[in-house]
Amino acid sequence: MIDGSREKTNAEIVRLQNAQKIYQMGAEQVHALAGVTISFKKGSFWAIMGPSGSGKSTMMNILGCLDRLTSGLYYLEGHNVSRLDDDSLSELRLKHLGFIFQSFNLIPQLTVQRNIELPLYYLGWDSIRSSQRAKELAEEVGLGDRLRHRPTELSGGQLQRVAIARALSNDPQIIFADEPTGNLDSATGEQILELLDKLNKQQGKTIIMVTHEANLAAYARSKLHMRDGIIDSIEEDFGETD
Amino acid sequence: MRQTKIARNILSGIENLLLHKLRSSLTMLGVVFGVGSVVAMLSVGEGASKEALEQIRKLGSNNIIVSSIKSVEEESMSTTHSHLSIYGLTYGDHIRISESFKDIKQTAPVKLMRKESRLGERAMELRVVGTTPTWFKLVPREVLAGRVLLTSDTEKQSPVAVLTEFGARKILATESTIGQSIRIGGDYFEIVGIVKSESGQAGNIQIPDQEVDVYISIEVAQEYFGDIFAKMTSGGFERERVELHQIIVQVDDAENVEPTAHAIEQMLGRFHKKTDYIVSVPLALLKQAEATKRTFNIVLGSIAGISLLVGGIGIMNIMLASVTERTREIGIRRAIGAKRRQIILQFLIETVVLSTTGGIIGLGLGALIPLLITYFSGMTTVMTLSGVLLPLFISMTIGIVFGLYPAMHAAKVDPIVALRHE
Repeated sequence: MIDGSREKTNAEIVRLQNAQKIYQMGAEQVHALAGVTISFKKGSFWAIMGPSGSGKSTMMNILGCLDRLTSGLYYLEGHNVSRLDDDSLSELRLKHLGFIFQSFNLIPQLTVQRNIELPLYYLGWDSIRSSQRAKELAEEVGLGDRLRHRPTELSGGQLQRVAIARALSNDPQIIFADEPTGNLDSATGEQILELLDKLNKQQGKTIIMVTHEANLAAYARSKLHMRDGIIDSIEEDFGETD
Repeated sequence: MRQTKIARNILSGIENLLLHKLRSSLTMLGVVFGVGSVVAMLSVGEGASKEALEQIRKLGSNNIIVSSIKSVEEESMSTTHSHLSIYGLTYGDHIRISESFKDIKQTAPVKLMRKESRLGERAMELRVVGTTPTWFKLVPREVLAGRVLLTSDTEKQSPVAVLTEFGARKILATESTIGQSIRIGGDYFEIVGIVKSESGQAGNIQIPDQEVDVYISIEVAQEYFGDIFAKMTSGGFERERVELHQIIVQVDDAENVEPTAHAIEQMLGRFHKKTDYIVSVPLALLKQAEATKRTFNIVLGSIAGISLLVGGIGIMNIMLASVTERTREIGIRRAIGAKRRQIILQFLIETVVLSTTGGIIGLGLGALIPLLITYFSGMTTVMTLSGVLLPLFISMTIGIVFGLYPAMHAAKVDPIVALRHE
């Protein structure tokens, strides 16, 4: 459903239309998203900001196809995915999306290589191609010599690099980063953001990052501020993309 | 492609189980002992019944064996000195039996006596079996040398004898012995053949032949040795007059065995005042043995089933704990794009690998026990293919049945919640 051509860099990649997400908390209804309409362009680098409870995580989960809207529409590369079932959403995540989390979320019993290969395993790649790809990606994030290590033997910065390599393994259009530097010291955090920036600029990956740190959000070229489930303000970069 | 995927699934299942060696092996124990006991019990049970069935088959499943016995009245009278006991089957009985029933294929009258026999320097007591050539059809044994009795021997009343292998060895007869003379009692017989023999008992029926038999024509036996036998007992001599010791009857079809046996019994009842005969039916024994075997198998099966059930519940318990422990891992896999059924498959394969490994170890253990039993007690044990495949199949089924619930449980995990799980 998503063609690989990038000639239209200004093409829209995600669009939410009056998106609502309502949680039932006991007797109370919580409007985590209370009618959001926004669109992101292909190749953009967004920071979604806002205090906790503002709905930024919910927004991330919806955009990342991990959750479904209560009402409203979600278009991913022009296709309405708001009503897809669990299997189809899984397939979308597997083929088109990549994820980076605050707590890295690597599987502790698997080696670095096997962690990077995990999406390829579900994509049905054979082991020779998978390990070739894992090696390339590990080189790319500067961990070519750590393939056989287990996550417990690596530092926080290295773990997040493995997570980035894993997120890249299926060559996704969009990379979601949920507080990617939250568990890292600021110097390491900046290295990670530089890596994301490089992916955005050199490979044209669309990056959607949730953060509450303004200095890190500065790496993003567009910013979205949320408050109480609605958009508070938008700073979009319409500048030239390469 | 599909196959390599399954293979990789199995491989990663094995890897995962190897990460928790102690836990995995403890989890397996239930299945190991469950399967082990099934295999051991099956092979011991199979061995025991095989032994019994083999003995019964030696009697011939279409045969009816009518034997003479001393009636209770006769038994009490024979304590007096120089009393002549007259009892048992008669030549007349044999003719009546062989001529009265249409379902009877052939019959063999048997006259038995013990005689001191001598070949050259060697002597021993042999059981002389006076019978007709039909005997060798009803009690088929391999002919090792020479020939068995022929109709012409009966007609000509030739003094010829057929030895058994065992008897032949005892009196040092070999193939070259054929044609030589053996002295039985006070008469000389020409050895014409050597046959194999069986021995033993099936149920309460004695197998017709014995190891120390020598076969001669019944007419010859009657003429040379007569119908009256003297036996040495603690109280002196005891004399009996018995015409026939046994009549072996072969019926054309297994279905007709029991009705015919019943009819023979009724007919004999009309001609004998005392019950000095007994009708034995190997087929009935066979059926009884098979029924016993079935019951035995049901009992063993239930016991084994319970132990396997316990093993299965143990596995389910541990897998549920493992699912809870690995909630985060499940969340990660789901976020990356694993479908629910791939998660189910992953956990199911882990459980099946666990239970099947347990099954294989149990099989080894279960195979060892019968070997030890055979080694130390000499009891026959039999490992059948189904006795091997069934427990393996059962252990795999246990993995699927008891793994399904934990696996479904795992797949239900919401990735968003799971990723926050500590």
